[in-house]
Amino acid sequence: MSELLTTPLHDIHVASGARMVPFAGYAMPVQYGSIKAEHASVREGVGLFDVSHMGQIHFSGAGAGAVLERLVSCPVASLRPGRVRYGLLCNEEGGVVDDVTVYRVSEDRLFLCVNASNIEKDWRWCVRHAADDAELANRSDSTALLALQGPGAEAALQAISEQPLAGLKNFRFVASRCVGHEVTISRTGYTGSDGFELYAPAEAAETLWRALVDAGASPCGLGARDTLRLEAALPLYGHELDDTTSPLEAGLDRFVKLDAGGFIGCDAIRARQRAGHERALVGFQLTERGVARADYPIAHRGNSVGVVTSGAPSPTLGKSIGLGYVPPALAKPGTEIEIIVRDKPIAALVVETPFVTKHSAK
Amino acid sequence: MSDYDLPDSLRYSIEDEWTRSDGKRVTIGVSDYAQQQLGDIVFVELPEVGRSFDKGDPFGVIESVKAVSDLFAPIGGEVVEVNQALTETPESVNEDCYGDGWMIVVEPSDPKEIDALLDRAGYAQHIKDRE
Repeated sequence: MSELLTTPLHDIHVASGARMVPFAGYAMPVQYGSIKAEHASVREGVGLFDVSHMGQIHFSGAGAGAVLERLVSCPVASLRPGRVRYGLLCNEEGGVVDDVTVYRVSEDRLFLCVNASNIEKDWRWCVRHAADDAELANRSDSTALLALQGPGAEAALQAISEQPLAGLKNFRFVASRCVGHEVTISRTGYTGSDGFELYAPAEAAETLWRALVDAGASPCGLGARDTLRLEAALPLYGHELDDTTSPLEAGLDRFVKLDAGGFIGCDAIRARQRAGHERALVGFQLTERGVARADYPIAHRGNSVGVVTSGAPSPTLGKSIGLGYVPPALAKPGTEIEIIVRDKPIAALVVETPFVTKHSAK
Repeated sequence: MSDYDLPDSLRYSIEDEWTRSDGKRVTIGVSDYAQQQLGDIVFVELPEVGRSFDKGDPFGVIESVKAVSDLFAPIGGEVVEVNQALTETPESVNEDCYGDGWMIVVEPSDPKEIDALLDRAGYAQHIKDRE
C-alpha cells in the first residue's frame, strides 16, 4: 500500500484499528469494527466518516457562475450564496463525467465537491471549459472533509460549533468555528439520514475528528457508507454512473435542467431521450436467500436483460437489496426479475426507491 | 488486533478452516481469524449431504456485508452432515465459529490428510506471517 495516498486522518484510523483498503488511490478505512454496527450508529445515533479523499475544485471571478452554469446539469444562476445543489458534469455525448455538489459561497465564488476517483479527470474537464474571467483552483489536497451523519449529528456538532445549527436546512451551508478552526458546515450527506459535511483545512482534521468522537460520534468506514447510500438509493460513480450513462437512464431527471438547457451534453441527453432509452436504473429486493453484488446478471423469465450495479444486504431492512439496469419495460415496481448468483437464478422484485426513507426531514 | 481464539484441540488449514476429528468423522468450520477478517457474515452456502470433495476444492461460499469468499476443503471426503441452521442464522459464524458456527461433517477419504494440517502454533505463525 506504499504508493497509496493518505488523508490527514490516516494515523488516527490506523491507531483505531481500522482495516485500511485501497480506494480511488487512497488508503481508506473500510471498517473500524462491524459494518452492521457502524451502519446502525448512523441510522440510530451519529456516525463520523473521513471522506477527505474527495476533491474540491474552486471557481472564482466574475465568470465563475457562468462557467459552472455551462459545466453542470443543475441550475447555478438561481443558486443563492449559502446553498448547495447536486448535479452532474456531462460530456458532449450526454454521458456522466462525474456527479458533484455545487456550493455557492458568494456571488463570484463557488466550488464543486467531486468524487475522489475523478479528481484529475474533473479538473482537466473544468479547466478545458473555463473562460478567462474565472479562476480555478484544485484544493483537494489541502481540504479535509468529514461527514457527520445520523439523527444525533446536530447535537454532536452543536457541542463544538460556534454557529447555531438548528436553523440550518438541508442543502444549505454556513461558515463556523469549531475547536479553534474555520469550518464550512454543510447540511448534506450520502447516507439517507440527517447530517452534515464539514470542510476544513487539512491541519484541522485531527482536532475536529477527536472533538466529534468525544461528542459521541462513532467512527464509520467506507463499508457502512456504501450500505447506507445504497439503502438511500444514491448513485455511486463507477457503479450506477459512468462516461456512457445518460443521467436520465439513472433516474436523475430532477437534477437536469433539460428545459433551460445551456450545459455541456444537454443536446445529446435530449436526443437520447427522444430516441428512447434502452435501459433504466431500478431498485430491487431479493425474495429468496442470497446477496446480489455488482456485475451479477439480471434476468427476466430466464433471459438475460441487464446487470446489477450495486448490491448488499440491507442492515436496516434485513433483506438483500440492489440497484441495476433493466429495459424500461421491466422497470415498474412489482416486476419479477431474477438475479443470477453463481449461475443460479435468485428471485427478486423491482421495488420503489429509496429502500429506506429519511425519518428526519428538515 | 492479533487476539484470536485458536483452540489447541483443533487442526487448521492455511485457508483458515478448522477441523475437529472424532477418529472417524471430521467437523469443519472457519477459524476465529477468518470470521474476524470477514466481518459480519450474512450468507453461507453449503454443499448437500453426499457430495464428495478433494482436499483444496471449494465446498461452499461465505459472504460478509462487503465480500464473497470461497470455502476450501481442508481434507478430502464425503459430506455426511451439513449445518442447515446457518441458512437462517449465518451470524453464528461470528458469534461461535467453533460451536454453533460449524459448517459440515465429512468422512475423510484419506485420514492422513488430517495429520498434514497445521496445529495451533503452526497456524498462529501462518496468521502472523500474513499480517
